[in-house]
Amino acid sequence: MIEIKNIEKSFNGVKILKGISSVFEAGKTNLIIGQSGSGKTVLLKSLLGIHTPEVGTISFDGRIYSDLNADEKREIRTEIGMLFQGSALFDSMTVSENVAFPLRMFTNDSKLKIQKRVDFVLERVNLVGAHKKLPSEISGGMQKRVAIARAIVNNPKYLFCDEPNSGLDPNTAILIDNLIKEITVEYNITTVVNTHDMNSVMEIGDNILFLKNGVKAWQGNKEEIFRTNNEAIVEFVYSSELFKKVREAHLKE
Amino acid sequence: MMLIRYLSQIGKYFLMWKEIFKKPTKWSVMKGLIFKEVDDLIIDSLGIVAFISFFVGGVVSIQTALNLTNSFIPKYLIGYATRQSVILEFAPTFMSIIMAGKMGSFITSSIGSMRVTEQIDALEVMGVNSLNYLVFPKIIALLLYPFLIGIGMFLGIAGGYIATVYGGFGADVDFIEGIQRDFLPFHVVYSFTKTFIFGMLLATIPSFHGYYMKGGALEVGKASTVSFVWTSVTIIVLNYVITQLLLTK
Ligand SMILES: Nc1ncnc2c1ncn2[C@@H]1O[C@H](COP(=O)(O)OP(=O)(O)OP(=O)(O)O)[C@@H](O)[C@H]1O
Ligand SMILES: [Mg+2]
Repeated sequence: MIEIKNIEKSFNGVKILKGISSVFEAGKTNLIIGQSGSGKTVLLKSLLGIHTPEVGTISFDGRIYSDLNADEKREIRTEIGMLFQGSALFDSMTVSENVAFPLRMFTNDSKLKIQKRVDFVLERVNLVGAHKKLPSEISGGMQKRVAIARAIVNNPKYLFCDEPNSGLDPNTAILIDNLIKEITVEYNITTVVNTHDMNSVMEIGDNILFLKNGVKAWQGNKEEIFRTNNEAIVEFVYSSELFKKVREAHLKE
Repeated sequence: MMLIRYLSQIGKYFLMWKEIFKKPTKWSVMKGLIFKEVDDLIIDSLGIVAFISFFVGGVVSIQTALNLTNSFIPKYLIGYATRQSVILEFAPTFMSIIMAGKMGSFITSSIGSMRVTEQIDALEVMGVNSLNYLVFPKIIALLLYPFLIGIGMFLGIAGGYIATVYGGFGADVDFIEGIQRDFLPFHVVYSFTKTFIFGMLLATIPSFHGYYMKGGALEVGKASTVSFVWTSVTIIVLNYVITQLLLTK
C-alpha cells in the first residue's frame, strides 16, 4: 500500500501538483487519469523518487520515503518495478539479458536459477522464443511485454506503469492491460498506472484518481465513474462520443 | 551570466566525479562492463591510432628533411626532431584530440540515447547508481589509454624511420643516432602524465554531456558536437598548463 499526503511539486516557480492525497492499495490496479498536462507523469515520477516533492509525504507500507537514508531509499527501489512509456529496454542486451538484469544486479542467485526465473516470467507474459533477440528486433507490443517481464522478475511489491498502452493497437492494448491486472492480483502488488485511455479505465479501473490541473478532482472506481455527476469527470468522459453512450447506458440501468 | 553558467557546469562536472564512485555496481556485473568498454574504446581504436601515427610520423620526418638545406646542420636532426615531436606533442596531444572525436562522440551518443529513451531512469528506478554503472567502466578502460598512445609513439617514430630511410632522405645510422641523442627520460614521464590526464578527460567529459543532456534524438547529435568541442578545448588548455608546470624551470 502506498499512501500520499498533500503532495506539492513545482517547476521553476510554477506549481504542477497542488496538494494531492490518496491511498493506493495492494492487489488493485490504481489508475491516475487526466488530460495531457494535468500532472500524471509528474505525480508518478514523484512516487518513484525521480522528482522530490517540496511538500507532502509518500509512504510505502508505512515507510515515509523522505525520512529514509540513501541506502534505505535504494532498498525501496529494489522493491519497485517500473514500466516506462517507451519500454526503456537496454538496447545493447538481448531480451533474456534485459529480464535477467535486476536479478543479476540485486540477488546472488546462480545462473541456472536466474535463467529459470527469466523463462518463467517470459512465459507468464506470453513471450516465448524471443530470448535471444535484441529489443530492436521485436515489435512494440513485444517490447512492452519484455518490459513488464523485467519489471516483475524480482517480485516487486510496487509496480508503476506510465501509459502502458500508448502506441499499441486496441487488441494488444487490452492484452497488456489484462496482463497488468492479472499480475497485480496474482502477486498482490500495489500497482499504479498512468493513462488517458478510457478503455483501460473500463477494463482495469479498480481505483481511479482523476487529476485536473494538478488537483485531485475526483476519486472512485470504474462503475462509479460512469454514474458520477462530478463536472470535471463528465467533461472528460463526454469528450468521446463512444463513452457518452456508455455513460448514458450506465445511467439508464 | 555566461560565466556563471560555465562555472556551474564545471561544478556539476566535479560533483559527477564524486557520484561515480558512490554505491559501486556488483563486481560480477562490473567485470563484464569493463571488458566491453576496453573492447569498444581501446581495442577498437588501435587501427586508427596505428594508421594515423605511422603516416604522420613519416610526414614529420620528411618535412624536417626538406627543411635541412643548410649542410652545417647535422643529419641526425631528422631522427631527433621526429622523436621529440612525436613523443612530446603528436602522440599524446593531437592523438587525444582525434580520440575526442572518435571515442568522445561514441560515448556521448551512446549515453545520450540511453538518456532520451529513459534507460538511465530505468537504471535509477531499479536502484542502480547509473553514473557508476555507465562511467566507472569507461574510466577503468581508459587507464589503458597510455598503452594506446605508447603504440602510437612507437609507430610514429617507425613511420619516420621508414619514410627517411626508404624515401632516400637520410641514412639509417643518422636517424638512429637522432632518436638516441640527448634523450631525457623525463620527457617520457611528462608525456605519459599528460596522456593519463587526457584519458580521464576522454572518459568523463563526453559522459557528462551525454548523461545530462535533455531532449530527443536530435539533441543527441548536438550533444556529441558540444562534447567534442569541450573535450578538445579542455585538452588544449590543460596541455598548456601541464607543459608550463612540468617542462619549464
Ligand atoms: N521536468 C520538468 N520541468 C518543468 N516542467 C515540467 C517538467 N515535467 C513536467 N513539467 C510540466 O508539468 C506539467 C504536467 O506535465 P505531465 O508530464 O505530468 O503531464 P501528463 O499529465 O503526464 O500529460 P501527458 O498525458 O501528456 O503525458 C506540464 O505543464 C509540464 O510542462
Ligand atoms: Mg505523461
